[in-house]
Amino acid sequence: MSAQPLGPAVLNYDCEAEAQRICEWIPRVLTQRLRRRGLVVAISGGIDSSVCAALSVRALGPKKVFGLLLPEQDSSGFSTERGRLLAEHLGIEYQVHDIAPALAALGCYTQRDEAIRRVIPAYGEGWKNKIVIAGGTEGGINFFKLVVQSPAGEQQTVRLPLKEYLQIVAATNFKQRVRKTMDYYHADRLNYAVVGTPNRLEYDQGFFVKNGDGSADLKPIAHLYKTQVYAMARHLGLPEAICSAVPTTDTYSLPQGQDEFYFALPYAQMDLALWALEHQRSAEELGQALGISTAQAQRVYDDIRAKRRATEYLAAAPELIGDGPAQAA
Amino acid sequence: MSSIKADVRRYIEDNFLLGAGAAAPGDDDSFLEHQVLDSTGFLELVAHLEETYGIKIGDDDMVPENLDSLNAIEAFVQRKQGGAE
Repeated sequence: MSAQPLGPAVLNYDCEAEAQRICEWIPRVLTQRLRRRGLVVAISGGIDSSVCAALSVRALGPKKVFGLLLPEQDSSGFSTERGRLLAEHLGIEYQVHDIAPALAALGCYTQRDEAIRRVIPAYGEGWKNKIVIAGGTEGGINFFKLVVQSPAGEQQTVRLPLKEYLQIVAATNFKQRVRKTMDYYHADRLNYAVVGTPNRLEYDQGFFVKNGDGSADLKPIAHLYKTQVYAMARHLGLPEAICSAVPTTDTYSLPQGQDEFYFALPYAQMDLALWALEHQRSAEELGQALGISTAQAQRVYDDIRAKRRATEYLAAAPELIGDGPAQAA
Repeated sequence: MSSIKADVRRYIEDNFLLGAGAAAPGDDDSFLEHQVLDSTGFLELVAHLEETYGIKIGDDDMVPENLDSLNAIEAFVQRKQGGAE
């Protein structure tokens, strides 16, 4: 059999068959492994959590799914708007809980801003920020730049020294970890399990915070490429505002695409690159499919492998000496 | 061996290899290929070089040709110190 030509069509799949498979798996996992009565889904307004919530409702019905909207001071207003739209569309019970006061009490914003001021002393009230990745796709070594915008709209970009980069990320990670604390509060209260919402690209490349959005009891779409998640959203008839939402981190106060922060390419191209790598396609073939040089395609492959290595520990269980104590069956 | 290479090798041994038994990289060994450094490791190395040798490493300098082996680092630091760039 000749190999399928490398192009967007390789990601086509039977959405209905896959939805049925996932919706048979969810109640089986809940009853046989997790022994919980329903699901908590934190809804960001993005495509992944929306599809997870919709599949959860299709699997269990709306009365056994609880939605959480957890905005903070840097969240886009559109996120909460789309989250409400989805929850109303699905007919689930949901709660909006502003986590900004909890984050402020923990020092999330002050620790982040203190690190930013070490590189941009003028940074203060009314300024916005984001981190962007640089270097890797041009054949260099990955590093990070801080972009800030003054209240007057003037932008500055500086390369982040390691110490400041780590402190900004560490402070920002409070957001995902506080959200997960809220997920589990409601899961414990309701005797439900927590849904994790990564797609295959995010899960493979470690694009999540350990003990934050990486923590969950089940991850129903971690095997689906992001392109396939969008197709599933349309198949499930989700509102257009959600189906056409552009993926963002919704974590920094300036708009930030996921490809700016983490991935080498926009998601559709990253999906294709990951598929090609998993199916042993050459860098030359990937380059032709994406309209980039073979050398650039090789760098994309190298970057995927490097991120796998660097983030492997994020999804790993804690290391033990020997086999550790026996786990109860 | 030059003091730059010896210093950087010691820095890598102290901060990345941690006495776990891995051999220190040879002069021409790629840190990337031998998985000695990841991207965070390179940022640590850059901070060390800037602090130790009083040089400023620009965005355009952040390429494997300058930083991915002991020999490359030695040549790069000497160029920077000599004001060639």
